[in-house]
Amino acid sequence: MAIQVQRDDFDPGGEIARLTAGRTDIGAVTSFVGLVRGDEGSAMTLEHYPGMTERQLAAIETEARNRWPVDDVLVIHRYGRLTPGDRIVLVAVTSSHRAAAFAACEFLIDWLKTRAPFWKLEDGPDGQHWVEAKDDDENRAERWQT
Amino acid sequence: MKILYFAWLRAKVGVGEEDLSPPGDVATVGQLVEWLKSRSPGHAQAFAQPSLVRAAVNQEFSGLDQAVGAHDEIAFFPPVTGG
Repeated sequence: MAIQVQRDDFDPGGEIARLTAGRTDIGAVTSFVGLVRGDEGSAMTLEHYPGMTERQLAAIETEARNRWPVDDVLVIHRYGRLTPGDRIVLVAVTSSHRAAAFAACEFLIDWLKTRAPFWKLEDGPDGQHWVEAKDDDENRAERWQT
Repeated sequence: MKILYFAWLRAKVGVGEEDLSPPGDVATVGQLVEWLKSRSPGHAQAFAQPSLVRAAVNQEFSGLDQAVGAHDEIAFFPPVTGG
């Protein structure tokens, strides 16, 4: 398991290769990479709550492991100033079979969006504004309630 | 008691962190919010719309009825927008 909250960029291919290196029992690896969308010249700054962020991401991972037979989970989430096209988040899951890997990966990003304490401050043409939470994200997370 | 503010709550309050000693009758998150609102116009503005504010006690999400004590870390922030 690994939870990383960092300012620096990451290499999705390299991270996935590291998860599976030397292993012969992993049948599936799924990954999600979230990117910054926006007009050229725009930017955003991601703020987080150090300590609580890692704690909540670890709790989300534990929940995924309770629900599916996953082998390994990697979550990397960036903070700081980002511009359109930049990677924000990587979720990768390994498992012996694809069904668990697909489901756990989607669950992890859906829950992360509503439970990990990050906030986006967008630079727009008329100044900076805090991005509001979306009902759609809340609805997607609620699909996983049992 | 350590109080933290994030995102636009920090901007409205004017600081990201405060070490405070609320009066003895402040025993829950909800009572703490009411007391904080009386501290400055910025505090009052930050908590003006309670439906937009989330709270965490010792880094776990909490409701208004959650108990708080002198050694707790209480954070206030808007709904999260990561990912």
